[in-house]
Amino acid sequence: MNVLVILIPVSLILGAAGLAAFIWTVRSDQYDDDSGNAARILLDDDE
Amino acid sequence: MTSACPACSAAPMALETASGPALQFSVPGVHCAACIGQIERGLAHLNGLQSVRVNLSMKRLSVTGPVDSETVMSAVEKLGFDIFALDSASLQVSQDSTSRALLMRMAVAGFAMMNVMLFSVAIWSGATDTTRDLFHMISAAITLPVVLYSGQPFFRSAWSALRAGRLNMDVPISLAILLASGMSLYETLDGGTEAYFDAALSLTFFLLIGRYMDHRTRSAARSAARELTALEVHTAERLIGDQTQTVPVTDLEVDDIILVPTGARVAVDGVLLSGEALMDRSVLTGESAAVTLKAGDVLQAGEINLTAPLRLRALTVGADTSLRRMAALVETAENARNSYTALADRAAQVYAPLVHTLALIALVGWWIATGDFRYSLNIAIAVLIITCPCALGLAVPAVSTAAVSRLFNAGFLVRHATALERLAETTHIVFDKTGTLTLPTVQLPEKMSDEDKGIAKSLAQASLHPLSRALVTALSDTAAAPVADINEVAGQGVTGVYQGKKVSLGRGPWLGASHTGLCLRIGDADPVPLEVPEALRPGVADAIRNLDLPCEIVTGDTDIPAQKLAAQLSLPVTSSASPEAKLNRLKALSDAGERVLMIGDGLNDTAALAQAHASIAPSTALEASRNAADIVILKDSFAELPLIIRVARATRLLSVQNFGIAAVYNCIAVPVALAGYATPLAAALAMSISSITVLANAQRMRFIR
Repeated sequence: MNVLVILIPVSLILGAAGLAAFIWTVRSDQYDDDSGNAARILLDDDE
Repeated sequence: MTSACPACSAAPMALETASGPALQFSVPGVHCAACIGQIERGLAHLNGLQSVRVNLSMKRLSVTGPVDSETVMSAVEKLGFDIFALDSASLQVSQDSTSRALLMRMAVAGFAMMNVMLFSVAIWSGATDTTRDLFHMISAAITLPVVLYSGQPFFRSAWSALRAGRLNMDVPISLAILLASGMSLYETLDGGTEAYFDAALSLTFFLLIGRYMDHRTRSAARSAARELTALEVHTAERLIGDQTQTVPVTDLEVDDIILVPTGARVAVDGVLLSGEALMDRSVLTGESAAVTLKAGDVLQAGEINLTAPLRLRALTVGADTSLRRMAALVETAENARNSYTALADRAAQVYAPLVHTLALIALVGWWIATGDFRYSLNIAIAVLIITCPCALGLAVPAVSTAAVSRLFNAGFLVRHATALERLAETTHIVFDKTGTLTLPTVQLPEKMSDEDKGIAKSLAQASLHPLSRALVTALSDTAAAPVADINEVAGQGVTGVYQGKKVSLGRGPWLGASHTGLCLRIGDADPVPLEVPEALRPGVADAIRNLDLPCEIVTGDTDIPAQKLAAQLSLPVTSSASPEAKLNRLKALSDAGERVLMIGDGLNDTAALAQAHASIAPSTALEASRNAADIVILKDSFAELPLIIRVARATRLLSVQNFGIAAVYNCIAVPVALAGYATPLAAALAMSISSITVLANAQRMRFIR
């Protein structure tokens, strides 16, 4: 069961990292125009 | 980059200051990636432009850099898109902080739920003794702060309901979350076997999804409505001596002399000082013909000045203008509408007491049966969690979000939260005529020469009379002829000189013709009559054919044009109706048990729009009428009118289905919980499956055609 000492912090850290990444996306306005972002992927920037 | 020259290093800073805040435009025509690319690339070459960004969700364009809005607008128009400048002051570009806070709470609850679920899976798979206690401890350490942070919207709403002595959906939700967390903490510290930390968190998470969707939908409607307001001008030109001064309408005082430019709306009621004026009153009374006024006549706020700039002396200002009085009438009528109870609230009224009673019965029953308070409290909490309205909290927001965004993409703005429910109950439709079913147009004689058409066009371009504007639209393919010395004679027509000949466009008698309608006269030739039928708005005929409800027309216009249109659409008609008569017609219908949908644009329809069970206005309507309407049609065509009704009915159907699904899950799970067989695993399963089913069912809205 000693493996838990490593695995539990790892799982908590991964969860926290995911949350931090999500909060960053919210803070940088990435949810303001969801249909626009969905369409933008089809744009060809080199044109 | 550093520079020796102070001017060079100051230049970029100066640029930034000059650019000021972003310019905002409404571009209703964008709908795909190609449109975004076309506009953003097309504007990229404009001088001085710093950034350009199209927001597809809000159909808005924002531009920064030292460019003026005229340049941007003409550039976008050249690309083939309609564009309207928005007044950023009334737009309040401020971020939607509530929606962001909800998203944060939802994210925190979601990530915490995932972590706690990992520990729960380990416990369900058979972790025992110290391992289980350790996992419970860690779960508690994650859950408690998260519940206190993420659950706040529910706690606050439940608290305010309780203080007012009412029960709402948030009371059982808050109770379940708090009791589950508290009881699980006690079990954990006591080395107990069952803890509901994951249930408390998934409850919070699923319900926050519903809350977030609900908020997104409403704030999208709010911001679009603000956009419509930002399109309107709220200033007036005040004359002091020889000087004009632009002031907000709210600052005007009685006896101020106000200048109304050609084509502008009169801001306050007043007495006409200029010799003569031609006013478009259609929005106030529904009359399709323009009205000629003489000095000393009274002008009402909302009329449009069609000819030369005029001066008026303000009679009443602010809350006393007829426009505002109409708005007050609307408010009284609206109170009735606000008392409409939404489907979700009606469900909550039945649901909340039922859940509390069940949990209480479980607690008391098991306490009497076993004498073990802790065990019976555990069962009561299991009942609370399992019956908890995850599915109910998601059922309505998921469906209405899908419906509202479906309608917004089709060009309809849903302004009122219960609009779709009320629309689905409609049994009868009342239409206004002028500006709603009809738009003014002009029909040209078939054998008219291109030269004559060009002359007519350039004369019409000089005037703002509805007929002139319609004529310009009808002649959009013709090039305007070079007519000089164009002069407008109020109430009569326009004259000019073309190749040495006098040309005029105007009323028949004024040009010496026997025809009373619009005529064109070139030189000494006989005047050519131009026919002026009121044309149906595009799509109206199709829409009325496809509507499966009885329709009728109630108009303020005179009998002849009203009967003509009614015959064309074969609908019953009431003509020369005053605003009160319209209101009374609606009251008579609703007294007869009909649920009336009112579709109108004018100020004379405003009270009727507010009184009706549900109401729709085109976006060209006055602000007061748009505010009174539940749904605003953002495009010209009415062809998709039946779609609104179909979507509204589908919304009601899917909501009821979702309630049914949630009820079926409860019917299965509640007896199990009452019997004391519900484990945390069963609770987690019941909750997730019912929520996902309800969300999936709501997505069927996408297939409504």
